[in-house]
Amino acid sequence: MTQLATIRRAPVIRGSRVVRGDRITRILPLVLLMLFAIVPLLSMFTAALAPQGSSPPGLSWPAHPHWGNFADAWTGANLFALFRSSVLIVLGVVPAAVAMATAAGYGLAQLRVPGGKIIYGVLLAGLTIPYEALITPLYYDIQSLGLLGSRLAVVLPLIGLLMPFGVFWMRAHFVNAETALTEAGRLDGGSTWQIFRRIHLPLAKPAISALTILFFLATWNQYLLPLVLIDDPAKRTVAGGLGAFQGQYGTNTALLCAGSLLIIAPSLLVLLVFQRNFVKALLQGAIR
Amino acid sequence: MAPAPSDPAPRDMAPGGPVPELGGSAGRLRARRARNRQWGALLWVAPALLCYAAFVLYPLGQSIQYSFYNWDGIGTATPAGLANWQAIFTQPELLSAITHAVELIIFYTLFPVGAGLAAATLIRELKPGPFSTISRTILFIPQVLPLVAAGVAWTWLYSPDGLVNQILRVLGLSGTTRAWLGDFTFALPAVGVIGVWVMLGFCTVLLLSGIGKIDPALYEAAGLDGAGRLRQFRAVTLPGLRQELVVCTTFTVVAALASFDIIQVSTQGGPGYQTMVPGVEIYRLTFLDQRIGQASALAVFLTVLVLLVIWPIQRLGRTD
Repeated sequence: MTQLATIRRAPVIRGSRVVRGDRITRILPLVLLMLFAIVPLLSMFTAALAPQGSSPPGLSWPAHPHWGNFADAWTGANLFALFRSSVLIVLGVVPAAVAMATAAGYGLAQLRVPGGKIIYGVLLAGLTIPYEALITPLYYDIQSLGLLGSRLAVVLPLIGLLMPFGVFWMRAHFVNAETALTEAGRLDGGSTWQIFRRIHLPLAKPAISALTILFFLATWNQYLLPLVLIDDPAKRTVAGGLGAFQGQYGTNTALLCAGSLLIIAPSLLVLLVFQRNFVKALLQGAIR
Repeated sequence: MAPAPSDPAPRDMAPGGPVPELGGSAGRLRARRARNRQWGALLWVAPALLCYAAFVLYPLGQSIQYSFYNWDGIGTATPAGLANWQAIFTQPELLSAITHAVELIIFYTLFPVGAGLAAATLIRELKPGPFSTISRTILFIPQVLPLVAAGVAWTWLYSPDGLVNQILRVLGLSGTTRAWLGDFTFALPAVGVIGVWVMLGFCTVLLLSGIGKIDPALYEAAGLDGAGRLRQFRAVTLPGLRQELVVCTTFTVVAALASFDIIQVSTQGGPGYQTMVPGVEIYRLTFLDQRIGQASALAVFLTVLVLLVIWPIQRLGRTD
């Protein structure tokens, strides 16, 4: 709020050449960085509109944009099945992972868990374990559970792999919550569950929604686990399926670019819809 | 089990806030609850901990165990002693994978953090407004996309007809055009630039928001003391951004050492072994060569390597 007020009061600077030059030197590096971020995607977009089988130039608007490429990529890569599969995997991972992380974060921050410090330390250590370091034994574990090839093969390990960050994130939120509220609720005769449900959960909504978005992206973008644990590309996440798609259409640049753009669209959409909270939440989370 | 304190004072009770009366029966009731609560509280943590133990800790233990065996994934495993571990330091392919991962830190960490720092210093006080919001969103795009998509996009950009070569031709540098990802000399830097693309926006936005929190009075004071731009940067900007720098560095270093998606999609470690990294090598050893023991030794080594690199960085952030 105070920031908004500052902007409104800030005088609009016009005219003075010195000030304008100063502004340009300040904005220019940012504009260059923005170009660097966006041009690869624009290049993919123009290539996606080129005739199939042609070798489109790096970046130029085609004379006759072939919008039909997107439809062809959709059917050719069986993207409907992939999207459906991704949604199923997301539904299997995200609610469960968010619930578990929230409960554990609350427990470690607000309740006296025996060995809580050790538990938290062990979880934190997991933040640095690369997924590749676990993929070999995971493959054989999932195989012996008889789950290889099913979506559960990705859902179960991914929930476990997301726990270090999730618990870290939610604990950071609950640690800052007023302990006085818990005490007051307790004196009113509330059970631990009631205090959590009525007092802490409503206050944690922003942290929980940010975690939901992050877990969604982590699941949606997950590549290694589905690649290894699900051999049928149609049952993978879209990111996992894109690998197979690339092998299939490696030489058809237009179709490959169109398909890739369709696959990244949901992630982009999430960023645009939630951009205001998203960037802020991500930055705050990172700083903690 | 330690007896619960009879009067557990609330940790963060705000001074001057309403202090509840802790008299007689209420106090005793609470003490009893506190004692009962302890083991019940474990239930809150149990689901997360069990999932983590089953799918992270247990496999990690298995990796350590496998690393001392020769196993093709099907037959019986035979003890291998330290052979798999020695191989990491003696076999050129394995050693080069690790060297490449370390080299990638230059691209994933050094460039994004350096450029982000430069940009943040130049822009310094960018007032929140439409431009700031738009720039943040655009800079963030590469970070939220699947890394696979980044790999596909850049494979296209680096192709003989792609944008990179197109730009070089426009600049009159036709002699330097090539299929970048297939080039023995340039494949690794080319893959590194993809990492720069993914990480740069994140670092810039994070450092920008950090620099916005530094008190402008500090810069004024430094200016009055006759400090030039460089001194202001060293005396005010760098210390003020310590926390943000630690976060950026940690995050990007882990991404560099544990890279998989981008390389698997764009080069699969080739040409030859020029862009091979531990992540891809573990995948190949396990699923193509069926050398589970060797893959596991490399996996455990990678985990230790990440920890060893992250440790001092985190320590640097904590010394306050």
